[in-house]
Amino acid sequence: MSSASFDELIASKSIVVLAGTGGVGKTTTSAVVALHAARAGRKVALVTIDPAKRLADALGLDELSNEPSRIDLTPDDQTTDKAKTTGELWALMLDTKSTFDALIHRYSADPAQADRILSNDFYSNISNALSGTQEYMAMEKLYELAEDGDYDLVIVDTPPSRNALAFLDSPNMLARLLDHWLYKALMTPTRKLLKASNLLLKQLSKVVGGDVVEDIVAFFQAFEGMEDGFKERSQRVMELLASDACAFVLVASARRDTTIEAAYLARQLADNDLDVAAVVMNRLQPDFVRLKRRPRAPEFEPFLQAHDELHALADREETHIESLLSQVASDPVVVRVPLLATDVHDLDGMAELQAKMFQT
Amino acid sequence: MDPDEYFNRTRMVIVAGKGGVGKTVLSAALARLAARTGRTALLVEVDGRNAVASLFDVAEIAYEETVIAPATDHTAAVRARSITPDTALVEWLDDHGMKLISKRLQRTGAIDVIATATPGIKDLLVLGKIKQLVVESDADVVIVDAPAAGHAMTFLRAPAMLAEMARSGPIHTQAHAVLEMLHDPRQCEVMLVTLPEETPVNELIDTAFQLEDDVGIQLAPVVVNGMYPVIDGLDTDLSNVDLSSVKSNLGAAKIAELRAAGDFRHKRSELQTSQRDRLADMLPLEQLALPYIFDADIGLEQIDELADALARAIEALDV
Ligand SMILES: Nc1ncnc2c1ncn2[C@@H]1O[C@H](COP(=O)(O)OP(=O)(O)O)[C@@H](O)[C@H]1O
Ligand SMILES: Nc1ncnc2c1ncn2[C@@H]1O[C@H](COP(=O)(O)OP(=O)(O)O)[C@@H](O)[C@H]1O
Ligand SMILES: [Mg+2]
Ligand SMILES: [Mg+2]
Repeated sequence: MSSASFDELIASKSIVVLAGTGGVGKTTTSAVVALHAARAGRKVALVTIDPAKRLADALGLDELSNEPSRIDLTPDDQTTDKAKTTGELWALMLDTKSTFDALIHRYSADPAQADRILSNDFYSNISNALSGTQEYMAMEKLYELAEDGDYDLVIVDTPPSRNALAFLDSPNMLARLLDHWLYKALMTPTRKLLKASNLLLKQLSKVVGGDVVEDIVAFFQAFEGMEDGFKERSQRVMELLASDACAFVLVASARRDTTIEAAYLARQLADNDLDVAAVVMNRLQPDFVRLKRRPRAPEFEPFLQAHDELHALADREETHIESLLSQVASDPVVVRVPLLATDVHDLDGMAELQAKMFQT
Repeated sequence: MDPDEYFNRTRMVIVAGKGGVGKTVLSAALARLAARTGRTALLVEVDGRNAVASLFDVAEIAYEETVIAPATDHTAAVRARSITPDTALVEWLDDHGMKLISKRLQRTGAIDVIATATPGIKDLLVLGKIKQLVVESDADVVIVDAPAAGHAMTFLRAPAMLAEMARSGPIHTQAHAVLEMLHDPRQCEVMLVTLPEETPVNELIDTAFQLEDDVGIQLAPVVVNGMYPVIDGLDTDLSNVDLSSVKSNLGAAKIAELRAAGDFRHKRSELQTSQRDRLADMLPLEQLALPYIFDADIGLEQIDELADALARAIEALDV
């Protein structure tokens, strides 16, 4: 286990990406890390994805947005100390579609080209529904905010995906589509390619209908001249993720299924030469001191039962944590965060979690 | 209601809910329970994760139907198979006279272009394959471990969407065949499952209304999974307990620890109950509660324990 503290790690980075499966507390953790860094005096941008409604309310995020808005950091019942922070927290709830639209506007040669793409049905399928798009836009937003240079730290929550490649690979999504032989056949037709693609399109029309095929063709044609811009941009996003300024934080809970998934994510990151800088083990059973002697009074029985059950659970969690850590080769900072007695959906709850996470 | 009666009601139960709430565990428990009533159960996995395999201690769930728990003197067998969207799409193209092109589509990756151009096509074809199974398989009950909630909605909405989009042709035919199945409560129903926590409960409520409004599928009672069993007496004030009769003297610090453990359990338990009540208030569906299993990771023994609890909960339904 690395001896550096989580606080030091975060302080030394300007980009933090949180990865993990759904429900482990990724969104909550990203908000707490952002809060902590802001209270430490930094100017922080937080990109959240589908936050639980009450957390969003607590942060004052009431709608999807493209630009970060400033969050008031004064806790409800604390008016002194922590309120005197010099840092700033800016947050947004990722709006996938409009982020994508903005990207199209940026790279199109003129408004007419942008319009042709934005009104295409195939494009709206990609920008609305395609799995991988949310990841793509999260990475896009990260790049935009990091390039902006306005923030000391950009923190990005990721959608609950099993596949780390979903976001590592996502910046290449469009580039790959544009690299597709079908696209090439339509754009720079050689006779052979054209013949093959015509046959294919005819067959496709039978399956999905002629309109759909026309949309695909029109989409590809509308993209003419934009591919290089997209490819270059995705290259730069990957460079940013691989740079020293960026840290990947793996969030997991200590159950068998979630640690297996987390180990899988860590392996995928490693395969892409990216290190897991920290592992946050969240929602752990709180640690109650073990008893050597057991009181034998009936009133104690229920308490002993609760105590024993929580310990049995904690012991099993420990084996899952060990198993996960043995599979993460990068010597990460390990952060243990207990399950609180209640959910976390206000600034006070986040402050409590912050204290556990950063040992303050 | 008798579990036997429950399984008489419908041929297929689609288990759906947010990721991690216990869909796979519930699907397995339902399958075991069906087997106990003498019905051969077929468990269908659609996310290719093979999660059912480890619960039943088998190496993997294959595309072909295999027995994962053999019949005994008292129970029928549980079988399983895995249907992934990719295999469903390819098989469908093969079946529709496009064997050659399906190979080529796969090889060139153009199959992703089709899937992108026609959102929902893979979901539709998975459901189409399931329908075919329901018709052809000799299993008595089919249990589908559906994709996670957001996905479950797109999954179950796909047929209606595509029926509208494709006005004719093979997709149109397929979509209508699947819709007919989804609309027939004797053929299938959806069993939604949640944890007694705020976010999953909210998501379940949304999903339930959407399923009813947009898909028109029958909803089974909802399952509230992972309820901490109630321990009576956690509200006793330990500081008032006379310790002189107790041989070992614990000391104030240890007593405080015990009390903290009891309090924590009690608070989480109250939170669960309040979420369960909220669910009851907001959704007029009966509930089946399943206990949280504290003492071991879930394996076949725990699945059977949960099948017992499920049987009791179904029996307690007043219908
Ligand atoms: N340490 C914790 N103690 C108690 N509740 C927690 C903790 N961490 C997260 N939660 C709760 O768990 C739920 C899921 O958290 P969330 O951050 O939305 O997960 P994810 O983004 O990984 O899906 C939320 O209701 C949140 O309040
Ligand atoms: N009643 C229960 N008691 C204890 N653990 C449970 C219970 N139900 C599910 N689990 C555990 O919770 C995790 C998620 O369950 P799973 O069925 O895999 O969820 P899903 O299929 O919805 O993602 C697994 O680790 C499982 O063992
Ligand atoms: Mg989240
Ligand atoms: Mg599952």
